[in-house]
Amino acid sequence: MAVHWHSFFFWLMAIMACGFALAVVFSNNIVRMAFYLILSLGAVSGLFFLAGADFLGAMQLMIYVGGTVVLLVFGVMLTARRPWVDMQTSGGQWVLAAVVGALLLAVLLQTAFSVPPWQSSAAAAGALPPAAEPTAGPLGLAMVGVRVERMADRPAAESSSGLAGYLLPFEIVSVHLVVVLVGAAYLARARRRLSAAAPARPLEEAPQ
Amino acid sequence: MVDFLAQYLGSVWLAGTLWALVQVVLVLTVVMISVAFFTWLERKESARIQDRLGPTRVGGRFGWLQPVADGLKLLMKEDLIPAAADRVLFRAAPYVSFCAAFTVFVALPVASGWVALRLDAGVFFVLAVAGLEVLGVVLAGYASGSKWSLFGAMREAAQVVSYEVPLALSAVVPVMVAGSIDPVTIGDLQAGGFWNWLVFHDPFTFAAFFVYFTCAVASVNRAPFDLPEAESELVAGFMTEYSGFRWSVFFMAEYASMLAVSFLAAILFLGAWHGPLPLVAGVYAVLGIPAGHPLAIFVAQLAGAGVFLVKGYLGVATMIWLRWTLPRLRIDQVMTMCLKYCLPLSAAMFLGAAVWLYAFPAGVTSQLLGPGAAATEAAGSPPAVAGRTALAEGGR
Amino acid sequence: MNLLGQPVGLVHYLVVGAVLFACGVVCMAVKRNAVGVLMGIELVLNGANLNFVALGSRFLRADSRLALGLDGQAMALFVIVLAAAEAAVALAIALNYYNTHATIDVDEADQLKG
Repeated sequence: MAVHWHSFFFWLMAIMACGFALAVVFSNNIVRMAFYLILSLGAVSGLFFLAGADFLGAMQLMIYVGGTVVLLVFGVMLTARRPWVDMQTSGGQWVLAAVVGALLLAVLLQTAFSVPPWQSSAAAAGALPPAAEPTAGPLGLAMVGVRVERMADRPAAESSSGLAGYLLPFEIVSVHLVVVLVGAAYLARARRRLSAAAPARPLEEAPQ
Repeated sequence: MVDFLAQYLGSVWLAGTLWALVQVVLVLTVVMISVAFFTWLERKESARIQDRLGPTRVGGRFGWLQPVADGLKLLMKEDLIPAAADRVLFRAAPYVSFCAAFTVFVALPVASGWVALRLDAGVFFVLAVAGLEVLGVVLAGYASGSKWSLFGAMREAAQVVSYEVPLALSAVVPVMVAGSIDPVTIGDLQAGGFWNWLVFHDPFTFAAFFVYFTCAVASVNRAPFDLPEAESELVAGFMTEYSGFRWSVFFMAEYASMLAVSFLAAILFLGAWHGPLPLVAGVYAVLGIPAGHPLAIFVAQLAGAGVFLVKGYLGVATMIWLRWTLPRLRIDQVMTMCLKYCLPLSAAMFLGAAVWLYAFPAGVTSQLLGPGAAATEAAGSPPAVAGRTALAEGGR
Repeated sequence: MNLLGQPVGLVHYLVVGAVLFACGVVCMAVKRNAVGVLMGIELVLNGANLNFVALGSRFLRADSRLALGLDGQAMALFVIVLAAAEAAVALAIALNYYNTHATIDVDEADQLKG
């Protein structure tokens, strides 16, 4: 009985990712939701590694798990109320959401299963998957505008079409990040917080 | 190695499994023994700095078995969970930190080609996973059910997350100089004597090393940046409610991450597994041993691994020395240091190193002294240049 | 076991991505805590990212020339960066809401209700 380790780890990571995503949906405690989200996103990072995208897997760990979830946990702590308020959703809303979610899932699954070329895999059963090709260098060079992994595919005489990299999106995203972070810092600047006892009349009384 | 084993075992997957298990056990054993050694080293070094002796009774004159005694004591302590604690998260939080701290060693090579998982984005993976420890800390602080633990955890999260930026920027400086983010390649480029180490490549990389080390000390919450664990202020910060085995798991995670950032400093700046002088090559040349012989290569690698471990241990010993010499910084001083000093410094070093590489692409000695000087160097071109040209050609 | 012995193909990844996406949508619809809604958004973006990476991977299908290759990974990279930026802004909005309304419950944001 040869264990195809790639498949074994895929199933492990897939069950972790889906299971903890369901736990995020069904949990009521916001901090436990954050914990389950950490595990789910970590499993997704594992899935990225298994698909051969190791730079992207490391990036998912650094930015999503190590950055965005920390941000969410800070948000949870800053918006906490003593005692921890248990906000329950009514049964009717659950049913509606479940119906919408199930329909969406059905549509997506039907699309996934309907394209025949997507069904088979390149890896031969019983063999270990091939060593991952390097992605960090080509990705970095693509961000600067040079698609090195496509240079080998074409004869030198052809024009340099299709070799354009991601320089413009990279610059746009950089400026976007600066703008967004400045805006977020401005939006969340410290102001006097209304106490819970005072009735909420925010638009007239909140100091600017 | 997998093919070598597969010939004896018959199936490739069994050989692959066995080799993976061997690597995991090796990494875990080396790191665990190192962590135990560091507990002894901390007590001895702190004692000597404070003009006393430290452990002298358990296991002979130098107290070598003190870590064993400490470990046994921690295992035998009562398992306490506070009444107001979130039981699931309280139990799970130490293991999140532990897993993050120990996963880092998977991508760190100890000798050329001797790495458990050779990722071509290895340095990035190490920095990414090392930053995940903070999640265990925050969960522990919340799950303890005590406001002091929560304060300590939030301070630590703010500190670690803030210091990740100058840490990554100053780690990118040697990556840029070497032309590769693969730690094996960066290590291979520093072969030869200590003059080939990246820390001596240009003044900006030299400064970046000190910025990296400072940010690394802050990132693992060691003094003088250990306010989140400050005994005099917050009892023990997020670890207040943890005792016994769970506390020892946090402790192991902290020492393991200290070792990991020291290893990364050795790879990026201090010549990785190469000693200050090329002694092994010299010995081989004197004794007439062919350097291509597999056993000769194995012994050279083993010597390199030993040198690498010594460099990591020296880094940890320096962190221990810093802890017991410098006073603790306040949290606002910690954040000021990060945002007003370390971050602009690391950005300036990055810019300076980029300009230096643009001005002297073939290395300073060959550029200034002319092509004759370049020919007298052991390798044809400086190792860092070889790395960058290889990158331009193949994207590896 | 037969399931573990078979190699994994593209459709497995697409199914996992679909499940994550649907979980994220339900989470966004059901949660009353604004930060919980943000977690749903993160799940949705991760489902989409998984699709991008799977379609860009060369191992997962029989004919690797059809894979997106590096394009899939570059798209996923941009999605990760933009998701981080969006989470920062959304959290700032949530904090603002908490500071002005003294509650994080989105069901109580009904002042514009006709």
